[in-house]
Amino acid sequence: MINPTPATYEPAPLIEPGHTFGSITDKIAGVVIGGRTPLTWFVVVSIGLMVMGMLGLAVTYLLLKGVGIWGVNIPVGWGFAIINFVWWIGIGHAGTLISAILLLLKQGWRTSINRFAEGMTIFAVMCAGLFPLIHTGRPWLAAYWLFPYPNSMSIWPQFRSPLIWDVFAVSTYFTVSLLFWYVGLIPDLATLRDKAKKRPQQIIYGMLSLGWRGSARHWQRYEHIYLLLAGLSTPLVLSVHTVVSFDFAIGIIPGWHATIFPPYFVAGAIYAGFAMVLTLAIPLRKIYGMEDFITLRHLENMAKVTLVTGLIVAYGYISEAFFGFYSANKYEGFMIWNRMTGPYWYMYWTLIFCNILTPQWLWIRKVRTTPMLIFAVVMVVNVGMWLERFVIVVTSLHRDFLPSSWGMYYGTVWDWMTFVGTLGMFITLFFLFIRFLPMISIFEMRTMAPEAKLKESEGH
Amino acid sequence: MSVMDFSAIRSRLAGSEGRLYWRSLGELADTAQFREYLHREFPEQASQWNDPQGRRHFLKLMSASLALAGVSACTKQPPEKIVPYVRQPEDLVPGRPLFFATAIPFGGVAAPVLVESHEGHPTKVEGNPQHPASMGSTDTFTQASILTLYDPDRSQAVLYRGEFRGWGDFLSGVKNAVLDQQATRGAGLRFLSETITSPTALEQISLIQRAFPQAKWHHWDPAIRTADAVYHFDKADIVVTLDADFLGCGPASVRYSRDFAARRRAGADAEHNGAEGDAAKPMNRLYAIESTPSLTGAKADHRLPLRASEIEAAARALSGSGSGSFSNQDAQKFLDAVVKDLQAHRGTSLVVAGDYQPAAVHQLARALNQTLGNVGSTVTYAAAAPPENAEPVASLRELTQAMDAGQVQVLVILGSNPVFTAPADLKFAEKLSKVGLSIAHTTHPDETSSLCHWAVPEAHPLESWGDARAFDGTVTIMQPLIAPLYDGRTAIEVLAAFIDAQGGKSAHDLVRDYWTRAHAGQVAGWTITDPTGQPFKSADSMWRHVLHDGWVPGTGAQGSQGEGRGSTPAAVAAPGAAAPRTADNATPATGGLEIIFRPDPTIWDGRFANNGWLQELPKPLTKITWDPSAWIGLRTAEEHKLNDGDLIELKFRGNTATLPVAIVPGHPDGAVTAFFGYGRERTGRVGQPAEDVAKAFNAYRLRTSDALWFGSGLEISKVGRYTLARTQEHHLMEERNPVREANIEEYRKDPEVIAHLGEKPPRTLTLIPEWEYTGYKWGMSIDLTACTGCCTCTVACNAENNIPVVGKDQVNRGREIHWIRVDHYFSGMVDNPETFHQPVPCMQCENAPCELVCPVGATTHSAEGLNDMVYNRCVGTRYCSNNCPYKVRRFNFLLYQDWNTSSLEPLRNPDVTVRSRGVMEKCTYCVQRINYARIDAKREDRKIHDGEVVPACAAACPADAIVFGDLNDPESRVTRLKKLDRNYGLLEDLNTRPRTTYLASLRNPNPELETARPAATSHD
Repeated sequence: MINPTPATYEPAPLIEPGHTFGSITDKIAGVVIGGRTPLTWFVVVSIGLMVMGMLGLAVTYLLLKGVGIWGVNIPVGWGFAIINFVWWIGIGHAGTLISAILLLLKQGWRTSINRFAEGMTIFAVMCAGLFPLIHTGRPWLAAYWLFPYPNSMSIWPQFRSPLIWDVFAVSTYFTVSLLFWYVGLIPDLATLRDKAKKRPQQIIYGMLSLGWRGSARHWQRYEHIYLLLAGLSTPLVLSVHTVVSFDFAIGIIPGWHATIFPPYFVAGAIYAGFAMVLTLAIPLRKIYGMEDFITLRHLENMAKVTLVTGLIVAYGYISEAFFGFYSANKYEGFMIWNRMTGPYWYMYWTLIFCNILTPQWLWIRKVRTTPMLIFAVVMVVNVGMWLERFVIVVTSLHRDFLPSSWGMYYGTVWDWMTFVGTLGMFITLFFLFIRFLPMISIFEMRTMAPEAKLKESEGH
Repeated sequence: MSVMDFSAIRSRLAGSEGRLYWRSLGELADTAQFREYLHREFPEQASQWNDPQGRRHFLKLMSASLALAGVSACTKQPPEKIVPYVRQPEDLVPGRPLFFATAIPFGGVAAPVLVESHEGHPTKVEGNPQHPASMGSTDTFTQASILTLYDPDRSQAVLYRGEFRGWGDFLSGVKNAVLDQQATRGAGLRFLSETITSPTALEQISLIQRAFPQAKWHHWDPAIRTADAVYHFDKADIVVTLDADFLGCGPASVRYSRDFAARRRAGADAEHNGAEGDAAKPMNRLYAIESTPSLTGAKADHRLPLRASEIEAAARALSGSGSGSFSNQDAQKFLDAVVKDLQAHRGTSLVVAGDYQPAAVHQLARALNQTLGNVGSTVTYAAAAPPENAEPVASLRELTQAMDAGQVQVLVILGSNPVFTAPADLKFAEKLSKVGLSIAHTTHPDETSSLCHWAVPEAHPLESWGDARAFDGTVTIMQPLIAPLYDGRTAIEVLAAFIDAQGGKSAHDLVRDYWTRAHAGQVAGWTITDPTGQPFKSADSMWRHVLHDGWVPGTGAQGSQGEGRGSTPAAVAAPGAAAPRTADNATPATGGLEIIFRPDPTIWDGRFANNGWLQELPKPLTKITWDPSAWIGLRTAEEHKLNDGDLIELKFRGNTATLPVAIVPGHPDGAVTAFFGYGRERTGRVGQPAEDVAKAFNAYRLRTSDALWFGSGLEISKVGRYTLARTQEHHLMEERNPVREANIEEYRKDPEVIAHLGEKPPRTLTLIPEWEYTGYKWGMSIDLTACTGCCTCTVACNAENNIPVVGKDQVNRGREIHWIRVDHYFSGMVDNPETFHQPVPCMQCENAPCELVCPVGATTHSAEGLNDMVYNRCVGTRYCSNNCPYKVRRFNFLLYQDWNTSSLEPLRNPDVTVRSRGVMEKCTYCVQRINYARIDAKREDRKIHDGEVVPACAAACPADAIVFGDLNDPESRVTRLKKLDRNYGLLEDLNTRPRTTYLASLRNPNPELETARPAATSHD
């Protein structure tokens, strides 16, 4: 082993020194029980609720009038709704990756971020799930006709359609993510139950903790089921966005019909997801003073993942452009040329700026260890990933095969209200979660404490 | 194919303001529904309370109502009665339509039709296949007339100074006026109408003129020149037009398109598999010398764009009476070649002068035809030209002068709208106030009827008994399909009030009386025989026969009686005589631009402003809907720094109007074409301009009697921007060859030339065995050599398939619902491009990309190869539309169908589902017609015959470009057409295997004029 030179960068610790089991528990559980709710929480939740109200308004009007209130048309039959769907689903992926894959890879640093990252996944999938339903012409029928339920007419969904695969992929993803999250919460819910002073809290947390007593048998079963669920979740990280990418790749539209889509979408999803985890983590540790648990080490690790996945996404863009020209297919060639120089050129080049150029700052350690700079970079990436879906959905459709049917697409005020509304819904749900559930896994954090290490070594 | 880059100057349309149509009708809808609702607020039998006998019954009902109150809750269903026929009408089988022959006059000239009637309400207009003027086809206006019938905004009652009156009141009003006139022998009695061809009405007019010798009849038609020639395009090898759009407009265009297209195809296919060709007849060649680009110019093998004022000089150059050489070298070369070609085809050539050219050009054309020996072979001239053709405004000017002088005591305006359409300098509206008693007979409340004392609602042709003559003179007796929906009267009934003071006779009696006398030989000029030449057994048998067939045999060829109104015959210059120069040409433009006037291609002179189908029908070449435009050429646009969608103010002879600019390649430089018809001040809810600025889009304001069709001295200035809603924004083929084309010579030399323009994947690409179509295998062939781009197919499809109108705003967002659209492409040079039209319905792909992606299986393949759409199953993901490479699927983004206007309910075809919000729809190959034929065939235990199923688009197509049939039948016409070498599939390189295929567009250019064309893009 080569000894690091003194100048070598020493990574920040995963937990700041000086913490004991007790201090960890008090710190994290204190947010939920006993502590004073910071003013910021009230401000954020009220804004979130207001914006969510806008979503309610937009969806109500949509149901009354029809999807014509949006900007969709012929040839651009999908617009904001599908862009937002893919964007939200993508965001969810980081949570699953952190909780499942990093667990299996025994990456200890995941401990302080997995809980709220999983929460983010669930809320993002909820936001995403709204769109495929409401974007249909007749959502009251789409709500159940897309599911294979037995009926007297023996009519089934059409299993060749990627939209049906989507239904299965997304519903499976949501179910597994929710179970995984809940199972992981059980020991902490029991902690909250035990620490709760008020009767209602004791009852509610008591019911939710399913009689957890922390016996060795409980722990053994817990470890089994958690590992199993991690195993189930792991393929989902890859499969869900692969299936979402099939929505496009199965189509024959130039710009959609590409074999690179599955890996490219998965990388994009993880990229977007880590960007969102960072977007949430950086203010959160500040507001709740969790800098001890979510340290610079975590931020830096996540920034590295962001950079790597960003490079994979960049590779995707480059190969897409390359194949456009190399395929000698006039439709493909025109498609990429139209993306770069057509009426939506600004979307494409902003996307390149956001998703390829901006994350390059993360090569610099100073940037990776300065929360404000990371935050700035990932906010740009969040925008860029939305633009990526816009470019894929809209610029492919708006000029496809026959020049006579070419058209333009512009989102309407209702499109924007629905999109921003889901941001409100996400923020509201997320901050409710912060307030009522431990945002960081208490028992897992305790394993990070020096005491735990001692006990481990004693045991050996 | 070279690509021209004029997209750079095209602006992108954006914005959301615009007109709402059916969608907002629910909000607007007032009367019927609202009144019904009010009625329902009260117990229905409440009026019986005052009737002592009914009171007990009422109390019984009341108690029952109370008992049932909880059941019916708040929304009580409106009462609907189902009453069986006491006597079943003969031939009426519920669920099966009946067809009746009648005619729908346009500009006074009959368009012979068969009208489909479902249980007493007409739903669809088809051409009369036996009639020489129709051959089964129609034009757009005739197709759309059914919507006008059910228009809720039609005039609904006789009005006197805006107050409701009865027909009897009107009759007594006329009686008094007539009594007054008897003293002066009718000196103050004037009539104003468009061309009238109705023999009954013409007899009435002569009776009126006998009773009132001083009375005068005036003629005014703002857009149609009364025809004085009949052309025989089937016999013409060389056709030269002088600003004539014989394919695009005019009452004869249907027959002309048919004949022209037949000769176009004839040469094309004669030597290849001999499908339809007549080897003896070569492909015709069309030279278009024209100002405003027209559908005829688009079809031409060679087109010479000239300003309208230069056409006369070109005509002179052709006839050799010009001043030597033409100013423009290219033009001179063009004209020289035309002269050569004409001389080589004596007796089989044809020179056609346009309606929008002055009498001098018509005389030159006539002289040319005479010299070339074409008269009698390719053209027949009427013995007497109508007087209005020499000076179209003379008659109207005389009337306005008399009005101004206070000499007009009674003015009867029949079926025209002179307040809106009269030349601006005549100031018709102003002078109308000086008339003692004015009577307007109009279908809709309009500018004229609102200023007249009496406004009499005009019955729709489908509600009327009447008669009219087709362009070739053939008489059709019009029979009503439905009793007048409102208090409408026909022109004959109005005229009868002036003859018979009692006014007791109905239109039916008047028409039948006339033809009974004609049969008996009591009316001069008619010898009525049955089709075999024998006299009819009785007047009754003649009447039945003629009504059934839709035309009076033997009336076409006679043609002597009453061409036009048949008043004083005009002195027509002897053939060959030097025609007088028109003033416009003598004094060349001193400055400014030239203005050219044209009637709007879809709403015509403004009369169809309230017809949503025509408003939403994309106008030829520009594909603009709902708005007029001023067309200018590319170079003129550059000079004036104008862009598409700029709003310009046009100043002409002291008058101003505003119009949005549309840059049209091929438009002559230094000229602006202004389309009139828009800017209506009084019209229904559809025609009403949504934006204030659009109220000034009235080109009639510029039109003066000395510049009826063109004039110089126009000044334009940009005043703003305006959003034009187009259904097609991109008119270049982008090297994708959606339209494949070749010259006839290239094609003869190498029939593979068409196939080389694309790439057809082999059928072996799939591992899955092909589906075997054991029964029928439906397919369609669309001949682009024949297609003129008239868009009749689109309107016919609207009518057949209950297609909603979505309004300007929705069109602007790309949401029109036309199941068959007519794409338009330019290629070649910017100043004078080649133009192509391509109707695009659903291709009914065998490998349909749409079917694969629907999550609920709402679009599936039928065993006969149709790509079926199951509306009830559709949840509206729109994935199918995204995945359709042809983008022929249409989506109900909002509730486009008008469920509220009750007058539109009987319009709908009961055989076709009325689609609601959130559902995808598209062309079905008119599956309802296939099923009708299938039922008939099964009942008779046979297969469906070839030609038995004709989709609405194919039936309506004047050029016979669309052919439908069974591909499993080796003898069917469509199978034979698909074997031609010029058959190709649109985007067939995608391996969708479209069932609808195209026959490539062929042209027959003159080798002398052939510029070196860049080789067509091809695949190796």
